[in-house]
Amino acid sequence: MEFLSPSEFAKEKVQAVQDYAILAGQSLANLFRYPRYFGDMVQQADLIGFGSLPVVVLTGGFTGAVLTLNSANSLQRFGSLSLLGQLVSVGMVRELGPVLTGLMVAGRNASGMASELGSMIVTEQIDAMRALGTDPLKKLVTPRVVSTVFMLFFLTIISDLLGLIGGSLFATLLLGQDYHQYWSSAWQILQFQDVFMGLVKPVFFGFLIATIGCYYGMFARGGTQGVGRATTQAVVASSLMIIVSDLILTKFLMAIFGYR
Amino acid sequence: MVAPPATSVRPTGSAIQPSAPVVVFENVSIAFEGNQVLNGISFHLGRGATKAIFGVAGSGKSTILKLTLGLIKPDSGRIVVLGEDVTQMREEDLFELRRRIGMVFQESALFDSMTVRENVAFRLLEEGDIPEDEIEKRVREVLSFVELENTIDKFPSELSGGMRRRVAIARAIIAQPQLLLYDSPTGGLDPVTSTTIIQLIVKQRDVYKTSSLLVTHRLQDAFMMATHYFDRKANEMRPLPPEMHSEVPISFIVLKDGKIIFDGDVQELAHTKDEYIREYIS
Repeated sequence: MEFLSPSEFAKEKVQAVQDYAILAGQSLANLFRYPRYFGDMVQQADLIGFGSLPVVVLTGGFTGAVLTLNSANSLQRFGSLSLLGQLVSVGMVRELGPVLTGLMVAGRNASGMASELGSMIVTEQIDAMRALGTDPLKKLVTPRVVSTVFMLFFLTIISDLLGLIGGSLFATLLLGQDYHQYWSSAWQILQFQDVFMGLVKPVFFGFLIATIGCYYGMFARGGTQGVGRATTQAVVASSLMIIVSDLILTKFLMAIFGYR
Repeated sequence: MVAPPATSVRPTGSAIQPSAPVVVFENVSIAFEGNQVLNGISFHLGRGATKAIFGVAGSGKSTILKLTLGLIKPDSGRIVVLGEDVTQMREEDLFELRRRIGMVFQESALFDSMTVRENVAFRLLEEGDIPEDEIEKRVREVLSFVELENTIDKFPSELSGGMRRRVAIARAIIAQPQLLLYDSPTGGLDPVTSTTIIQLIVKQRDVYKTSSLLVTHRLQDAFMMATHYFDRKANEMRPLPPEMHSEVPISFIVLKDGKIIFDGDVQELAHTKDEYIREYIS
Protein backbone atom coordinates (compact mmCIF):
# COMPACT_ATOMS: atom_id res chain seq x y z
CA MET A 1 0.00 0.00 0.00
CA GLU A 2 1.28 3.42 -0.99
CA PHE A 3 1.57 6.04 1.78
CA LEU A 4 0.74 9.62 0.89
CA SER A 5 1.86 12.83 2.56
CA PRO A 6 -0.96 14.66 4.40
CA SER A 7 -1.09 17.37 1.73
CA GLU A 8 -1.24 14.78 -1.09
CA PHE A 9 -3.95 12.90 0.80
CA ALA A 10 -5.96 16.12 1.27
CA LYS A 11 -5.54 17.05 -2.39
CA GLU A 12 -6.72 13.60 -3.44
CA LYS A 13 -9.83 13.86 -1.28
CA VAL A 14 -10.67 17.39 -2.48
CA GLN A 15 -10.19 16.20 -6.07
CA ALA A 16 -12.54 13.26 -5.41
CA VAL A 17 -15.22 15.57 -3.99
CA GLN A 18 -14.81 17.88 -6.99
CA ASP A 19 -15.08 14.98 -9.45
CA TYR A 20 -18.17 13.66 -7.68
CA ALA A 21 -19.79 17.12 -7.64
CA ILE A 22 -19.16 17.56 -11.37
CA LEU A 23 -20.56 14.10 -12.17
CA ALA A 24 -23.63 14.67 -9.99
CA GLY A 25 -24.22 18.15 -11.44
CA GLN A 26 -23.79 16.91 -15.02
CA SER A 27 -26.18 14.04 -14.44
CA LEU A 28 -28.89 16.58 -13.60
CA ALA A 29 -27.91 19.15 -16.23
CA ASN A 30 -28.14 16.44 -18.91
CA LEU A 31 -31.89 16.24 -18.26
CA PHE A 32 -32.15 19.55 -20.12
CA ARG A 33 -29.87 18.58 -23.01
CA TYR A 34 -30.33 16.42 -26.10
CA PRO A 35 -30.21 13.53 -26.73
CA ARG A 36 -32.29 12.09 -23.90
CA TYR A 37 -32.11 8.34 -23.57
CA PHE A 38 -35.69 7.38 -22.61
CA GLY A 39 -35.15 3.77 -23.73
CA ASP A 40 -32.16 3.42 -21.41
CA MET A 41 -34.15 5.03 -18.57
CA VAL A 42 -36.95 2.48 -18.97
CA GLN A 43 -34.43 -0.37 -19.11
CA GLN A 44 -32.69 0.87 -15.97
CA ALA A 45 -36.02 1.42 -14.22
CA ASP A 46 -36.84 -2.21 -14.90
CA LEU A 47 -33.46 -3.42 -13.64
CA ILE A 48 -33.35 -1.15 -10.59
CA GLY A 49 -37.03 -0.96 -9.70
CA PHE A 50 -38.61 -4.25 -10.66
CA GLY A 51 -35.39 -6.12 -9.92
CA SER A 52 -35.30 -4.74 -6.37
CA LEU A 53 -38.95 -5.51 -5.69
CA PRO A 54 -38.48 -8.92 -3.97
CA VAL A 55 -35.83 -7.63 -1.56
CA VAL A 56 -37.84 -4.49 -0.79
CA VAL A 57 -41.06 -6.46 -0.21
CA LEU A 58 -39.32 -8.84 2.18
CA THR A 59 -37.47 -6.07 4.00
CA GLY A 60 -40.61 -3.96 4.42
CA GLY A 61 -42.77 -6.87 5.56
CA PHE A 62 -40.31 -8.27 8.08
CA THR A 63 -39.35 -4.83 9.42
CA GLY A 64 -43.00 -3.99 10.07
CA ALA A 65 -43.46 -7.35 11.81
CA VAL A 66 -40.39 -7.03 14.02
CA LEU A 67 -41.26 -3.41 14.84
CA THR A 68 -44.68 -4.64 15.98
CA LEU A 69 -43.17 -7.33 18.20
CA ASN A 70 -40.65 -4.99 19.84
CA SER A 71 -43.10 -2.11 20.26
CA ALA A 72 -45.85 -4.33 21.65
CA ASN A 73 -43.57 -5.44 24.47
CA SER A 74 -42.93 -1.83 25.55
CA LEU A 75 -46.49 -0.60 25.01
CA GLN A 76 -47.97 -3.48 27.02
CA ARG A 77 -46.08 -2.28 30.10
CA PHE A 78 -48.00 1.03 29.92
CA GLY A 79 -51.28 -0.57 28.88
CA SER A 80 -51.14 1.22 25.56
CA LEU A 81 -51.18 -1.67 23.11
CA SER A 82 -53.92 0.12 21.17
CA LEU A 83 -51.28 2.61 20.01
CA LEU A 84 -49.40 -0.14 18.19
CA GLY A 85 -50.76 0.80 14.76
CA GLN A 86 -49.71 4.43 15.27
CA LEU A 87 -46.20 3.50 16.26
CA VAL A 88 -45.64 1.12 13.36
CA SER A 89 -47.23 3.56 10.93
CA VAL A 90 -45.15 6.58 11.91
CA GLY A 91 -41.97 4.52 12.27
CA MET A 92 -42.32 2.91 8.86
CA VAL A 93 -43.53 5.89 6.87
CA ARG A 94 -41.23 8.53 8.32
CA GLU A 95 -38.07 6.60 8.93
CA LEU A 96 -37.69 2.87 8.47
CA GLY A 97 -39.38 2.55 5.09
CA PRO A 98 -37.23 5.13 3.28
CA VAL A 99 -33.96 4.28 5.05
CA LEU A 100 -34.15 0.49 4.83
CA THR A 101 -35.40 0.58 1.23
CA GLY A 102 -32.56 2.97 0.43
CA LEU A 103 -30.01 0.68 2.06
CA MET A 104 -31.35 -2.38 0.25
CA VAL A 105 -31.35 -0.61 -3.12
CA ALA A 106 -27.86 0.77 -2.39
CA GLY A 107 -26.55 -2.71 -1.65
CA ARG A 108 -28.06 -4.13 -4.78
CA ASN A 109 -27.72 -1.30 -7.30
CA ALA A 110 -24.83 0.97 -6.27
CA SER A 111 -22.63 -2.13 -6.44
CA GLY A 112 -24.11 -3.10 -9.81
CA MET A 113 -23.55 0.36 -11.27
CA ALA A 114 -19.98 0.60 -9.95
CA SER A 115 -19.02 -2.83 -11.26
CA GLU A 116 -20.70 -2.39 -14.64
CA LEU A 117 -19.26 1.07 -15.33
CA GLY A 118 -15.92 0.12 -13.76
CA SER A 119 -15.61 -2.86 -16.10
CA MET A 120 -16.43 -0.60 -19.03
CA ILE A 121 -13.70 1.82 -17.92
CA VAL A 122 -10.95 -0.79 -17.58
CA THR A 123 -11.83 -2.40 -20.94
CA GLU A 124 -11.80 1.03 -22.67
CA GLN A 125 -15.51 0.75 -23.53
CA ILE A 126 -16.17 4.21 -22.07
CA ASP A 127 -13.32 5.66 -24.16
CA ALA A 128 -14.78 3.85 -27.19
CA MET A 129 -18.16 5.44 -26.46
CA ARG A 130 -16.57 8.89 -26.28
CA ALA A 131 -14.63 8.12 -29.46
CA LEU A 132 -17.92 7.25 -31.18
CA GLY A 133 -19.23 10.71 -30.32
CA THR A 134 -21.50 9.70 -27.44
CA ASP A 135 -21.35 11.35 -24.01
CA PRO A 136 -21.12 8.49 -21.43
CA LEU A 137 -22.58 10.75 -18.75
CA LYS A 138 -25.71 11.28 -20.87
CA LYS A 139 -25.94 7.68 -22.05
CA LEU A 140 -24.96 5.81 -18.88
CA VAL A 141 -25.14 8.04 -15.79
CA THR A 142 -28.23 10.21 -16.28
CA PRO A 143 -30.60 7.28 -17.06
CA ARG A 144 -29.36 5.47 -13.92
CA VAL A 145 -29.86 8.55 -11.74
CA VAL A 146 -33.34 9.30 -13.10
CA SER A 147 -34.45 5.66 -12.84
CA THR A 148 -33.12 5.20 -9.31
CA VAL A 149 -34.79 8.38 -8.02
CA PHE A 150 -38.06 7.51 -9.73
CA MET A 151 -38.15 3.85 -8.71
CA LEU A 152 -36.92 4.34 -5.14
CA PHE A 153 -39.85 6.68 -4.55
CA PHE A 154 -42.34 3.93 -5.46
CA LEU A 155 -40.34 1.15 -3.84
CA THR A 156 -40.49 3.13 -0.58
CA ILE A 157 -44.28 3.38 -0.82
CA ILE A 158 -44.46 -0.39 -1.37
CA SER A 159 -42.09 -0.99 1.53
CA ASP A 160 -44.17 1.26 3.83
CA LEU A 161 -47.33 -0.58 2.87
CA LEU A 162 -45.74 -4.00 3.31
CA GLY A 163 -44.38 -2.90 6.69
CA LEU A 164 -47.88 -1.95 7.83
CA ILE A 165 -49.31 -5.22 6.49
CA GLY A 166 -46.54 -7.23 8.20
CA GLY A 167 -47.25 -5.35 11.43
CA SER A 168 -50.99 -5.90 11.17
CA LEU A 169 -50.55 -9.64 10.63
CA PHE A 170 -48.44 -10.00 13.77
CA ALA A 171 -50.62 -7.59 15.77
CA THR A 172 -53.83 -9.47 14.99
CA LEU A 173 -52.65 -13.08 14.72
CA LEU A 174 -49.99 -13.13 17.43
CA LEU A 175 -50.97 -10.34 19.82
CA GLY A 176 -54.73 -10.62 19.40
CA GLN A 177 -55.27 -6.96 18.58
CA ASP A 178 -58.36 -5.93 16.64
CA TYR A 179 -57.63 -5.63 12.91
CA HIS A 180 -59.80 -2.49 12.47
CA GLN A 181 -58.30 -0.81 15.52
CA TYR A 182 -54.76 -1.37 14.19
CA TRP A 183 -55.51 0.05 10.78
CA SER A 184 -57.62 2.99 11.93
CA SER A 185 -54.98 4.10 14.45
CA ALA A 186 -52.24 3.59 11.85
CA TRP A 187 -54.18 5.68 9.35
CA GLN A 188 -55.33 8.46 11.69
CA ILE A 189 -51.94 9.26 13.15
CA LEU A 190 -50.42 9.99 9.76
CA GLN A 191 -50.35 13.66 8.86
CA PHE A 192 -49.29 15.35 5.66
CA GLN A 193 -45.85 16.20 7.04
CA ASP A 194 -45.18 12.56 7.99
CA VAL A 195 -45.96 11.34 4.50
CA PHE A 196 -44.08 14.26 2.97
CA MET A 197 -40.98 13.51 5.07
CA GLY A 198 -41.18 9.85 4.13
CA LEU A 199 -41.43 10.59 0.43
CA VAL A 200 -38.84 13.36 0.18
CA LYS A 201 -36.15 11.14 1.61
CA PRO A 202 -36.17 8.48 -1.16
CA VAL A 203 -35.71 11.21 -3.76
CA PHE A 204 -32.47 12.28 -2.07
CA PHE A 205 -31.41 8.72 -1.29
CA GLY A 206 -32.01 7.62 -4.89
CA PHE A 207 -29.89 10.48 -6.18
CA LEU A 208 -27.09 9.62 -3.72
CA ILE A 209 -27.18 5.88 -4.53
CA ALA A 210 -27.00 6.37 -8.30
CA THR A 211 -24.45 9.19 -8.35
CA ILE A 212 -22.15 7.46 -5.85
CA GLY A 213 -22.43 4.11 -7.67
CA CYS A 214 -21.74 5.77 -11.03
CA TYR A 215 -18.91 7.91 -9.59
CA TYR A 216 -17.01 4.90 -8.24
CA GLY A 217 -17.58 3.06 -11.52
CA MET A 218 -16.51 5.93 -13.76
CA PHE A 219 -13.38 6.56 -11.69
CA ALA A 220 -12.38 2.91 -11.21
CA ARG A 221 -8.67 2.30 -11.78
CA GLY A 222 -6.42 -0.73 -11.50
CA GLY A 223 -8.02 -3.51 -13.55
CA THR A 224 -10.35 -6.11 -12.11
CA GLN A 225 -9.00 -5.54 -8.60
CA GLY A 226 -9.85 -1.85 -8.98
CA VAL A 227 -13.37 -2.72 -10.12
CA GLY A 228 -13.85 -4.92 -7.04
CA ARG A 229 -12.58 -2.11 -4.81
CA ALA A 230 -14.88 0.41 -6.53
CA THR A 231 -17.87 -1.90 -6.00
CA THR A 232 -17.20 -2.24 -2.28
CA GLN A 233 -16.54 1.47 -1.85
CA ALA A 234 -19.76 2.34 -3.70
CA VAL A 235 -21.87 0.23 -1.33
CA VAL A 236 -20.11 1.51 1.80
CA ALA A 237 -20.19 5.17 0.73
CA SER A 238 -23.79 5.15 -0.47
CA SER A 239 -25.02 3.33 2.66
CA LEU A 240 -23.12 5.74 4.89
CA MET A 241 -24.40 8.76 2.99
CA ILE A 242 -27.99 7.50 3.33
CA ILE A 243 -27.60 7.31 7.12
CA VAL A 244 -25.86 10.69 7.38
CA SER A 245 -28.19 12.50 4.99
CA ASP A 246 -31.19 10.93 6.76
CA LEU A 247 -30.20 12.66 9.99
CA ILE A 248 -29.66 15.99 8.24
CA LEU A 249 -32.90 15.70 6.23
CA THR A 250 -34.92 14.65 9.25
CA LYS A 251 -33.63 17.59 11.31
CA PHE A 252 -34.19 19.99 8.43
CA LEU A 253 -37.73 18.78 7.65
CA MET A 254 -38.67 18.70 11.33
CA ALA A 255 -37.54 22.31 11.61
CA ILE A 256 -39.65 23.23 8.58
CA PHE A 257 -42.76 21.50 9.92
CA GLY A 258 -42.28 22.82 13.46
CA TYR A 259 -41.62 19.48 15.17
CA ARG A 260 -39.84 19.70 18.49
CA MET B 1 -12.86 -10.72 -50.03
CA VAL B 2 -16.16 -9.26 -51.12
CA ALA B 3 -16.64 -6.02 -52.95
CA PRO B 4 -16.45 -2.93 -50.79
CA PRO B 5 -19.69 -1.12 -49.99
CA ALA B 6 -20.63 1.28 -52.71
CA THR B 7 -23.62 3.09 -51.27
CA SER B 8 -22.10 4.57 -48.15
CA VAL B 9 -22.22 8.32 -47.90
CA ARG B 10 -19.30 10.42 -46.80
CA PRO B 11 -20.17 12.91 -44.09
CA THR B 12 -20.16 16.55 -45.03
CA GLY B 13 -19.69 19.74 -43.10
CA SER B 14 -15.95 19.55 -42.61
CA ALA B 15 -14.30 22.91 -42.15
CA ILE B 16 -11.03 21.57 -43.55
CA GLN B 17 -9.70 22.77 -46.92
CA PRO B 18 -8.98 20.02 -49.50
CA SER B 19 -5.24 20.68 -49.38
CA ALA B 20 -4.97 21.29 -45.62
CA PRO B 21 -3.48 18.59 -43.37
CA VAL B 22 -6.01 16.38 -41.62
CA VAL B 23 -4.00 16.23 -38.39
CA VAL B 24 -1.43 18.75 -37.15
CA PHE B 25 0.61 18.35 -33.95
CA GLU B 26 2.55 21.48 -32.96
CA ASN B 27 5.05 21.18 -30.15
CA VAL B 28 2.81 18.87 -28.10
CA SER B 29 3.91 17.74 -24.64
CA ILE B 30 2.19 15.62 -22.03
CA ALA B 31 3.30 14.04 -18.77
CA PHE B 32 1.60 11.50 -16.53
CA GLU B 33 2.41 11.64 -12.81
CA GLY B 34 5.72 13.39 -13.46
CA ASN B 35 6.69 11.04 -16.30
CA GLN B 36 7.22 13.01 -19.52
CA VAL B 37 5.58 10.83 -22.19
CA LEU B 38 5.60 13.25 -25.13
CA ASN B 39 8.05 16.16 -25.22
CA GLY B 40 7.37 18.80 -27.83
CA ILE B 41 6.43 16.59 -30.77
CA SER B 42 5.32 18.06 -34.10
CA PHE B 43 4.08 16.36 -37.27
CA HIS B 44 1.26 16.56 -39.74
CA LEU B 45 -0.86 14.06 -41.65
CA GLY B 46 -1.99 14.96 -45.16
CA ARG B 47 -5.41 14.21 -46.63
CA GLY B 48 -5.65 10.60 -47.84
CA ALA B 49 -2.28 9.73 -46.31
CA THR B 50 -1.36 7.14 -43.71
CA LYS B 51 1.22 7.67 -40.98
CA ALA B 52 2.55 4.69 -39.07
CA ILE B 53 3.83 5.44 -35.57
CA PHE B 54 6.52 3.19 -34.10
CA GLY B 55 8.06 3.09 -30.67
CA VAL B 56 8.74 0.77 -27.79
CA ALA B 57 6.03 0.05 -25.21
CA GLY B 58 5.27 3.16 -23.16
CA SER B 59 6.76 5.55 -25.73
CA GLY B 60 3.46 7.41 -26.11
CA LYS B 61 2.12 5.91 -29.34
CA SER B 62 -1.42 5.33 -28.07
CA THR B 63 -1.28 8.69 -26.27
CA ILE B 64 -0.92 10.40 -29.66
CA LEU B 65 -4.17 8.76 -30.83
CA LYS B 66 -6.01 9.71 -27.64
CA LEU B 67 -4.74 13.29 -27.98
CA THR B 68 -5.92 13.35 -31.60
CA LEU B 69 -9.41 12.34 -30.50
CA GLY B 70 -9.38 14.84 -27.64
CA LEU B 71 -9.87 12.01 -25.12
CA ILE B 72 -6.99 13.59 -23.16
CA LYS B 73 -5.60 17.12 -23.29
CA PRO B 74 -1.91 17.95 -23.75
CA ASP B 75 -0.01 19.94 -21.13
CA SER B 76 1.21 22.26 -23.87
CA GLY B 77 1.15 22.58 -27.63
CA ARG B 78 -1.59 22.65 -30.24
CA ILE B 79 -3.43 19.84 -32.04
CA VAL B 80 -5.57 20.59 -35.08
CA VAL B 81 -7.80 17.78 -36.36
CA LEU B 82 -10.00 18.19 -39.45
CA GLY B 83 -9.49 21.93 -39.18
CA GLU B 84 -10.51 22.18 -35.51
CA ASP B 85 -8.19 22.96 -32.61
CA VAL B 86 -9.01 20.08 -30.24
CA THR B 87 -6.88 21.58 -27.45
CA GLN B 88 -9.29 24.52 -27.19
CA MET B 89 -12.57 22.62 -27.60
CA ARG B 90 -15.06 21.79 -24.87
CA GLU B 91 -15.95 18.10 -24.39
CA GLU B 92 -19.47 18.87 -25.62
CA ASP B 93 -18.11 20.16 -28.95
CA LEU B 94 -15.60 17.34 -29.25
CA PHE B 95 -18.43 14.80 -29.56
CA GLU B 96 -19.42 16.41 -32.87
CA LEU B 97 -15.85 16.21 -34.17
CA ARG B 98 -15.40 12.59 -33.02
CA ARG B 99 -18.37 11.55 -35.14
CA ARG B 100 -16.16 12.32 -38.16
CA ILE B 101 -13.32 10.15 -36.85
CA GLY B 102 -13.13 6.36 -36.51
CA MET B 103 -10.98 4.65 -33.91
CA VAL B 104 -9.97 1.00 -33.59
CA PHE B 105 -8.83 0.35 -30.03
CA GLN B 106 -5.94 -1.91 -29.03
CA GLU B 107 -8.20 -4.48 -27.36
CA SER B 108 -11.14 -3.72 -29.70
CA ALA B 109 -13.18 -2.14 -26.84
CA LEU B 110 -16.43 -3.61 -28.16
CA PHE B 111 -19.48 -3.14 -25.93
CA ASP B 112 -19.68 -6.58 -24.34
CA SER B 113 -23.37 -6.40 -23.48
CA MET B 114 -24.32 -5.65 -27.09
CA THR B 115 -24.42 -7.94 -30.12
CA VAL B 116 -22.16 -7.42 -33.13
CA ARG B 117 -25.10 -5.75 -34.91
CA GLU B 118 -25.63 -3.29 -32.03
CA ASN B 119 -21.91 -2.61 -31.72
CA VAL B 120 -21.46 -1.87 -35.39
CA ALA B 121 -24.70 0.13 -35.62
CA PHE B 122 -23.96 2.11 -32.43
CA ARG B 123 -23.00 5.35 -34.13
CA LEU B 124 -25.92 5.22 -36.56
CA LEU B 125 -28.38 4.41 -33.75
CA GLU B 126 -27.07 7.41 -31.84
CA GLU B 127 -27.91 9.66 -34.78
CA GLY B 128 -31.55 8.86 -34.00
CA ASP B 129 -33.00 9.81 -37.39
CA ILE B 130 -31.78 6.98 -39.62
CA PRO B 131 -34.49 4.43 -40.54
CA GLU B 132 -34.00 0.93 -39.12
CA ASP B 133 -33.85 -0.77 -42.52
CA GLU B 134 -31.16 1.69 -43.65
CA ILE B 135 -29.14 0.90 -40.50
CA GLU B 136 -29.56 -2.83 -41.05
CA LYS B 137 -28.43 -2.47 -44.67
CA ARG B 138 -25.33 -0.49 -43.73
CA VAL B 139 -24.44 -2.87 -40.90
CA ARG B 140 -24.61 -5.86 -43.24
CA GLU B 141 -22.67 -3.96 -45.89
CA VAL B 142 -19.84 -3.07 -43.54
CA LEU B 143 -19.79 -6.53 -41.95
CA SER B 144 -19.46 -8.09 -45.39
CA PHE B 145 -16.56 -5.66 -45.99
CA VAL B 146 -14.76 -7.28 -43.04
CA GLU B 147 -16.18 -10.73 -43.94
CA LEU B 148 -18.12 -11.22 -40.73
CA GLU B 149 -21.72 -11.06 -41.86
CA ASN B 150 -22.46 -14.41 -40.23
CA THR B 151 -21.57 -13.08 -36.75
CA ILE B 152 -24.20 -10.34 -36.75
CA ASP B 153 -26.22 -11.78 -33.85
CA LYS B 154 -23.27 -12.94 -31.76
CA PHE B 155 -21.84 -11.25 -28.68
CA PRO B 156 -18.18 -10.13 -28.61
CA SER B 157 -17.36 -12.85 -26.07
CA GLU B 158 -18.31 -15.47 -28.68
CA LEU B 159 -15.75 -14.15 -31.20
CA SER B 160 -12.02 -14.79 -31.56
CA GLY B 161 -9.49 -11.98 -31.03
CA GLY B 162 -9.08 -11.44 -34.78
CA MET B 163 -12.84 -11.39 -35.35
CA ARG B 164 -13.28 -8.84 -32.56
CA ARG B 165 -10.63 -6.65 -34.19
CA ARG B 166 -12.49 -6.87 -37.53
CA VAL B 167 -15.81 -5.97 -35.86
CA ALA B 168 -14.01 -2.98 -34.30
CA ILE B 169 -12.87 -1.93 -37.78
CA ALA B 170 -16.44 -2.33 -39.07
CA ARG B 171 -17.71 -0.16 -36.19
CA ALA B 172 -15.08 2.48 -36.95
CA ILE B 173 -15.79 2.72 -40.69
CA ILE B 174 -19.60 2.41 -40.79
CA ALA B 175 -20.11 6.18 -40.81
CA GLN B 176 -17.32 6.61 -43.41
CA PRO B 177 -15.10 8.79 -41.22
CA GLN B 178 -12.67 11.33 -42.65
CA LEU B 179 -9.90 10.10 -40.37
CA LEU B 180 -9.19 6.63 -39.01
CA LEU B 181 -7.05 5.91 -35.96
CA TYR B 182 -5.74 2.36 -35.51
CA ASP B 183 -4.24 1.49 -32.13
CA SER B 184 -2.12 -1.67 -32.60
CA PRO B 185 -4.77 -3.36 -34.76
CA THR B 186 -2.67 -6.50 -35.14
CA GLY B 187 -1.30 -6.67 -31.60
CA GLY B 188 -1.51 -10.17 -30.13
CA LEU B 189 -2.79 -11.76 -33.35
CA ASP B 190 -1.28 -14.62 -35.35
CA PRO B 191 0.48 -13.74 -38.66
CA VAL B 192 -2.37 -14.93 -40.87
CA THR B 193 -5.01 -12.93 -39.00
CA SER B 194 -2.64 -9.94 -38.87
CA THR B 195 -2.36 -10.03 -42.66
CA THR B 196 -6.16 -10.12 -42.95
CA ILE B 197 -6.40 -7.02 -40.73
CA ILE B 198 -3.69 -5.20 -42.69
CA GLN B 199 -5.48 -6.10 -45.93
CA LEU B 200 -8.64 -4.45 -44.54
CA ILE B 201 -6.69 -1.33 -43.59
CA VAL B 202 -5.08 -1.16 -47.06
CA LYS B 203 -8.50 -1.71 -48.63
CA GLN B 204 -9.94 1.18 -46.61
CA ARG B 205 -6.94 3.36 -47.55
CA ASP B 206 -7.03 2.60 -51.28
CA VAL B 207 -10.77 2.32 -51.82
CA TYR B 208 -11.98 5.24 -49.68
CA LYS B 209 -8.71 7.24 -49.50
CA THR B 210 -9.30 7.71 -45.78
CA SER B 211 -6.51 9.46 -43.90
CA SER B 212 -5.22 7.36 -41.04
CA LEU B 213 -2.82 7.20 -38.13
CA LEU B 214 -1.61 3.67 -37.41
CA VAL B 215 0.09 2.81 -34.15
CA THR B 216 1.99 -0.44 -34.26
CA HIS B 217 5.09 -2.12 -32.99
CA ARG B 218 5.02 -4.66 -35.85
CA LEU B 219 7.29 -3.23 -38.49
CA GLN B 220 6.30 -5.90 -41.00
CA ASP B 221 2.70 -4.63 -40.96
CA ALA B 222 3.74 -1.11 -41.86
CA PHE B 223 6.14 -2.34 -44.56
CA MET B 224 3.37 -4.48 -46.01
CA MET B 225 1.15 -1.41 -46.15
CA ALA B 226 3.95 0.53 -47.84
CA THR B 227 4.63 -2.10 -50.47
CA HIS B 228 1.12 -3.32 -51.32
CA TYR B 229 -2.04 -1.88 -52.84
CA PHE B 230 -5.61 -3.07 -52.91
CA ASP B 231 -6.73 -4.39 -56.27
CA ARG B 232 -10.47 -3.69 -56.46
CA LYS B 233 -11.01 -5.95 -59.47
CA ALA B 234 -9.30 -8.95 -57.91
CA ASN B 235 -10.61 -7.87 -54.51
CA GLU B 236 -7.33 -8.60 -52.78
CA MET B 237 -4.11 -6.95 -51.66
CA ARG B 238 -1.24 -7.19 -54.17
CA PRO B 239 2.44 -6.24 -54.04
CA LEU B 240 3.56 -3.11 -55.84
CA PRO B 241 6.61 -3.08 -58.09
CA PRO B 242 9.57 -1.54 -56.14
CA GLU B 243 9.67 1.57 -58.36
CA MET B 244 6.11 2.41 -57.26
CA HIS B 245 6.71 2.15 -53.51
CA SER B 246 7.26 5.89 -53.27
CA GLU B 247 3.75 6.50 -54.66
CA VAL B 248 2.04 4.85 -51.69
CA PRO B 249 0.83 7.65 -49.41
CA ILE B 250 2.40 6.29 -46.24
CA SER B 251 5.05 7.75 -43.97
CA PHE B 252 6.62 6.69 -40.68
CA ILE B 253 7.28 8.23 -37.30
CA VAL B 254 9.62 6.71 -34.72
CA LEU B 255 9.30 7.83 -31.09
CA LYS B 256 12.06 7.69 -28.52
CA ASP B 257 12.13 9.27 -25.06
CA GLY B 258 9.06 11.37 -25.84
CA LYS B 259 10.51 12.84 -29.02
CA ILE B 260 10.15 12.08 -32.73
CA ILE B 261 13.53 10.83 -33.93
CA PHE B 262 12.37 9.96 -37.43
CA ASP B 263 9.64 11.25 -39.75
CA GLY B 264 9.90 10.10 -43.35
CA ASP B 265 8.88 7.59 -46.03
CA VAL B 266 9.73 3.91 -46.42
CA GLN B 267 12.90 4.55 -48.45
CA GLU B 268 14.27 7.01 -45.90
CA LEU B 269 13.45 4.58 -43.10
CA ALA B 270 15.14 1.67 -44.87
CA HIS B 271 18.31 3.74 -45.48
CA THR B 272 18.52 5.60 -42.19
CA LYS B 273 21.91 5.79 -40.48
CA ASP B 274 20.45 6.25 -36.99
CA GLU B 275 21.75 3.36 -34.85
CA TYR B 276 18.63 3.16 -32.68
CA ILE B 277 16.30 3.03 -35.69
CA ARG B 278 18.50 0.50 -37.50
CA GLU B 279 18.40 -1.71 -34.43
CA TYR B 280 14.64 -1.20 -34.15
CA ILE B 281 13.90 -2.17 -37.75
CA SER B 282 16.41 -5.02 -37.95
